[in-house]
Amino acid sequence: MLKNKQELRDLRERCQRAAQDEVKKILVCAGTGCVASGSLEVYERFQIEMQEKGIPCSVEFMSDVHGVGLKKSGCHGLCEMSVMLRIEPEGYIYTKVKPEDCAEILTETIQQGRHVERLAYTKNGLVCKTQDEIPFYKKQKRVVLEHCGRIDATSLLEYLSVGGYTAFEKALFDMDKEGIVREISESNLRGRGGGGFKTGQKWSQVSRQKENKKYVVCNGDEGDPGAFMDCSIMEGDPHRMLEGMMIAGLACGSDEAYIYVRAEYPLAVSRLKTAISQAEKYGILGDHILGSDFNFHIHINKGAGAFVCGEGSALTASIEGKRGMPRVKPPRTVEHGLFNKPTVLNNVETFANVPVIIDKGASYFLGIGPGNSPGTKAFSITGTIANTGLIEVPMGTTLQEVIFEVGGGLKGGSKFKAVQIGGPSGACLTEEHFNLPLDFDSLKKVGAMIGSGGLVVADENTCMVEIARFFMSFTQKESCGKCVPCREGTKRMLKILERIVAGDGRDGDIDLLLDLAGTITATALCGLGKTAPSPVISTIRSFRHEYEAHIYEKRCPAHSCEKLKRLSINPETCKGCSKCSKVCPVEAISGKVKTPFEINSEKCIRCGACVEACKFDAVTEGW
Amino acid sequence: MDTYIDYQKVDGIIEAHHGQPSAIIAILQEIQEQYRYIPRQVFPHLSRRIGLSEASLYSVTTFYENFSLEQKGKIVFKVCDGTACHVRKSLPILERLRKELSLSEEKITTDDLEFTVETVACLGACGLSPVLTINGKVYPAMTPDKASELLKSLKEEVRSC
Repeated sequence: MLKNKQELRDLRERCQRAAQDEVKKILVCAGTGCVASGSLEVYERFQIEMQEKGIPCSVEFMSDVHGVGLKKSGCHGLCEMSVMLRIEPEGYIYTKVKPEDCAEILTETIQQGRHVERLAYTKNGLVCKTQDEIPFYKKQKRVVLEHCGRIDATSLLEYLSVGGYTAFEKALFDMDKEGIVREISESNLRGRGGGGFKTGQKWSQVSRQKENKKYVVCNGDEGDPGAFMDCSIMEGDPHRMLEGMMIAGLACGSDEAYIYVRAEYPLAVSRLKTAISQAEKYGILGDHILGSDFNFHIHINKGAGAFVCGEGSALTASIEGKRGMPRVKPPRTVEHGLFNKPTVLNNVETFANVPVIIDKGASYFLGIGPGNSPGTKAFSITGTIANTGLIEVPMGTTLQEVIFEVGGGLKGGSKFKAVQIGGPSGACLTEEHFNLPLDFDSLKKVGAMIGSGGLVVADENTCMVEIARFFMSFTQKESCGKCVPCREGTKRMLKILERIVAGDGRDGDIDLLLDLAGTITATALCGLGKTAPSPVISTIRSFRHEYEAHIYEKRCPAHSCEKLKRLSINPETCKGCSKCSKVCPVEAISGKVKTPFEINSEKCIRCGACVEACKFDAVTEGW
Repeated sequence: MDTYIDYQKVDGIIEAHHGQPSAIIAILQEIQEQYRYIPRQVFPHLSRRIGLSEASLYSVTTFYENFSLEQKGKIVFKVCDGTACHVRKSLPILERLRKELSLSEEKITTDDLEFTVETVACLGACGLSPVLTINGKVYPAMTPDKASELLKSLKEEVRSC
């Protein structure tokens, strides 16, 4: 238990020295992606092999064993290449590692310092030994994810060894409430959860409230499908986020905090639990922290599978044990939040940005990205992209840079069509937006939003009407049902989209969709309802021709919608045996015996009877 | 058939949360962990112990997707249908599993209570899409055929038990 500032400093110094002494390290990625690919098996194999080879292995930082440090780190980002690991001090990155590779890594790299080329990342025949050589990392700037992949995610001591809790120490002993709020305000930090509301302003509003009891709440309910940045931060560097929350507690005069995490992130929940209990053990969390009069307790609440709980008032209702439904605002959360008390509610990434601002000052933060949206932003890029994974770039990086330089272009060299940003509340961006800087204000101007930061790339084989239907079916299912525009409106929009992709679209459907979208946007109760029609509006704006092809020509230009498949007879292979026309229940097939037959696609119901009947495989299905 | 409920265990869960009404979601989650669903019989008991009406217990249980009032199978498949998995064709995987187990969107659990097939919106493993989970373990880069094989081996395990 650390009793004062000096003891924390001494411990941190000891950790820093120990980290310097620990020359050789193997950092096995233990993020969700790599764990799914078997990284824990790799980790265990290392332990066994090291024992067999007589290499001393230190699985716990600063334990009595002095040897090669074997660590479970956070996400390295390039999930496509999982299992990934990093070897220090060389900084070698090995990809797609299997348990059977462990022995070679130990004898070659650990014992003799040699690089194992077959495990390295290669691009166009070029071998990239270290992270800096991999193109994926070149345009990135890691601030929030600074330690992800570089330290053991389950160790408070390792966090201290990289300067952890320095910002908290500074805020606790050298700054007053006003000073902290001022620093955050000056940094112009904006909420990373989607809206981009100024964090400093929020904190100062809560700080001014006269209530004795105030809460800090962290929104880790990353429900946007296709986004996993917050998940990676909670898994990979949990202490950083806790530190940010504690600083918020100091600034606003709060002594109690809640973290609301999606139940679908079990690993994040367990890492956070470990981090909280470690911090309590060392007296960094609890009562009279480091001998001061500051008390702070953090609880974890697991979500129960409701997307709407990502909305502030729904989230606090859920923590209170109620149905997670948004309420009418005002009063706002800063005045009447959790248990009706003033509440600072920020997103995971926002809190993770706080320590660096306090530690290095607002001016450092302002030096990254554009002045009105400073700092970096973590994105997850997925879909038909070469480098699927977790990235962090300065705000204002262009779409082109993100997709082609960081993302490595499209998978298999297919043609870019669109990128969906901001999930079910977001919009799609196309080639015309390639030079658009990704920041809060630029995106707002084109009717999109950063949202939580999920980027899903679609290629030419992706049907944009189907994507719109997919998001609408998601929001419709997740609509909490409280307000009519969202509950009924999304249902109507979904029905229309469903009939369009099924080939039953009607004249006027596009206008009807836009009409409904306008009403929902203007009248829904909460942000999720208001933005639910965004994917439809933006796909109609950029891909109206695809909607029209579905409705008027009953054709899917992307060759994706199953129900718009047509049956046709290949005249080359058809022998004119007439068997198909005999089995056709709707008399859609006609022709003269011994000459190729034809299918009338207007009459055809696509039952497939002719496909079964044809002995020459002449009836084929396609677009 | 009613599930046998060990009320001592239920009380243990309630006590661990100090019987607080605000902890009802966590309490329900832990009960569900025990029985793989929330047996309706526990509601009167919970209501008395926590001081919430049965109606409000129902209202919370039915609001959240993760709670089930129906019994689930011993083996639960969750096919991810998040955006990333969706664009990399997760639906055919779901359809294959449903077909092989004679299940549908409405009927998600087999009559012998061995298998349940559900969807989940994003597990955060988008880099490996499409993914599915079997009792929580993530299986990356799935195809309908790979899913069939997994199901086949699980069926054999069930039979040999």
